[in-house]
Amino acid sequence: MAEAKAKKPQAEKKPTQPVMTVSETDVAIEVTDMNKWYGDFHVLKDINLKVMQGERIVVAGPSGSGKSTMIRCINRLEEHQKGRIVVDGIELTNDLKKIDEVRREVGMVFQHFNLFPHLTIMENCTLAPIWVRKTPKAEAEADAMRYLTKVKIPEQAHKYPGQLSGGQQQRVAIARSLCMNPRIMLFDEPTSALDPEMIKEVLETMVELAQEGMTMIVVTHEMGFARQVANRVIFMDEGQIVEQNEPEEFFTNPQHERTKEFLSQILH
Amino acid sequence: MATYDKNAVAFVRSEMVGESAAPAGEVGVTGWVRKNLFSSIPNSILTIFGIYIAYLGISTIANFAFIHAVWSGESGAACQPPDAGEGACWPFISAYFKQFVYGRFTISERWRVDLVYLVGALGLIWLVYERSPKRSLAALLMLTAFPIFSLILLTGGNFDYSGPFLLTCVILTAVILGAAFVIPTLTKSNPVPTVIAVAVILLIIAFILFLCSVDFGLIEVETSLWGGLLMTLVIAVVGIVVSLPFGVVLALGRQSNMPIIRIICVVFIEFWRGVPLITVLFMASVMLPLFMPKGVQVDNLLRAMIGVAFFASAYMAEVVRGGLQALPKGQYEGAQALGLNYWKMMGLIILPQALKLVIPAIVSTFIGLFKDTTLVSIVGLFDLLGMVQSAGSDPKWTSPVSSHTAYLFLAVVFWVFCFSMSRYSIYMEKKLDTGHG
Repeated sequence: MAEAKAKKPQAEKKPTQPVMTVSETDVAIEVTDMNKWYGDFHVLKDINLKVMQGERIVVAGPSGSGKSTMIRCINRLEEHQKGRIVVDGIELTNDLKKIDEVRREVGMVFQHFNLFPHLTIMENCTLAPIWVRKTPKAEAEADAMRYLTKVKIPEQAHKYPGQLSGGQQQRVAIARSLCMNPRIMLFDEPTSALDPEMIKEVLETMVELAQEGMTMIVVTHEMGFARQVANRVIFMDEGQIVEQNEPEEFFTNPQHERTKEFLSQILH
Repeated sequence: MATYDKNAVAFVRSEMVGESAAPAGEVGVTGWVRKNLFSSIPNSILTIFGIYIAYLGISTIANFAFIHAVWSGESGAACQPPDAGEGACWPFISAYFKQFVYGRFTISERWRVDLVYLVGALGLIWLVYERSPKRSLAALLMLTAFPIFSLILLTGGNFDYSGPFLLTCVILTAVILGAAFVIPTLTKSNPVPTVIAVAVILLIIAFILFLCSVDFGLIEVETSLWGGLLMTLVIAVVGIVVSLPFGVVLALGRQSNMPIIRIICVVFIEFWRGVPLITVLFMASVMLPLFMPKGVQVDNLLRAMIGVAFFASAYMAEVVRGGLQALPKGQYEGAQALGLNYWKMMGLIILPQALKLVIPAIVSTFIGLFKDTTLVSIVGLFDLLGMVQSAGSDPKWTSPVSSHTAYLFLAVVFWVFCFSMSRYSIYMEKKLDTGHG
């Protein structure tokens, strides 16, 4: 019933947007019959999801529906107990090397930014490239500067995270992830902890990223963002995928009762 | 000049009022005194009471230490009543000063202790002073070369490894190398890097052992001759230097996912925290020799040092664990999501923040350890307290105030060391503060 099998995504091209191509053959993430429990509590039930390279997926749903847990399984911040998760051709198992490999390819942006407060913005951005990718320091710094310019805060490079506003911190967090040159980006409610006037600057950065063809899975309540950039919206409830569709269809013609209820709550 | 007319509805100022000095009672010394000391009647009473208490304390100490003190003399007779006996007997301290600093260290060899003090002090300044060049090199040298240098200089080196020691070393080496090969093989990873790493460590240890056995032409000074400040510092510094890294390892082990490692760390920590230090020292000096095989003798000082270091490590482990738990989970996740492995995450992200959070507690542990070293005086080691006590019973210097003076001296020495540690920790906290925890 609630189980919507991942269908072949379509590369939709709206005339008003830059071309965001979705690969037909290149699978970025494949989740098959994935289940997860916290102790006795069944948090994720039979999750099936196939994400092609270049897709922008928005995951919506009420709190406690398992949205965050699902994307946290994709870079193994949470362990799944049943089923398969294959990211970029690498299956996630207990093999620590494989996990590190996946994490190098998958960037993640958190609700509370999780910047390292004891390091400057520049150090936050260059730490992983230098220590994980073994990039020479000068090169890593040049890269970091490029991404900081991209998120429009190059002038803050030598400050500490504590000196920045929430929106700026979140943009640094995005730049920090980009510095690792990830093929996939996960966003876990990136705007939920921000003041209203800062949400826009972060969303703009994310839209730009989407337009450049980044594969993205975004857990968010920003339905405007979903309409603008997503090529698929997934609705989750009680640990399962209840409905998924193209944004236009999803918002104008929801099928499942829970989806209708949810949308009526958040769209006025 | 248009003055403000209280009855006027409209008013336009034609001239701005210039700045004028604040009333005399508000600024400067008088202002500060009035605001902070005499702002209200209870405050004024407290101030006067506090000044009285301070006067009592300071005048007593000043009377004893300076005003009624005896400054010269050849024996305790100089400090006897009726001429004296009200104040400190400073000639007693100067007569015993060298013993307080060196213990009974062979007199002709005391330059070696001085050299260790000097090198140690210079190294510490190099390490601590913010603008000195190559501080990481200083840290490396102070943690590797300096201890070996001190060990050789203080003991005289030229260690004799004959008898069962060499054989034990060979067997241990074989066992460790074997384990380094077998364990990775069992977990199906390449054993070569592990074996090489272990071999390098063993080689370094062998090199250190070799250095200590070289005859530098120094006379051997047994540790039973060490004493005074030298012994206090040796025990305290070894305790401090060992307890921090060891405590960190124990704290990480206690949070490990691997049950065996966790249990070992928990048992270790709880054992050492559960027994009083005096018990540890008694066990080390009295009981341990009973369990040792015949002919094997472990130096008394070494045993005490190991006891103190383990004891301090257990406390340090809990302090560090407190810091680890205070960090938000997001810091771990942020580091993991970037692909940092466990050691990089800990070394680059978690520990720098966790240790910074607990600097005050770490330094408290250090200070506690420094003062706890005085307990070794009850197991027959003459640290500074031990020397002071034995000096107090010298019949030549019998006087009603001799031991009082010695204890005052002792207190001042300890206070200077502990207070410097405390100030340095406050300075570090300020320096490392980046705004948000």
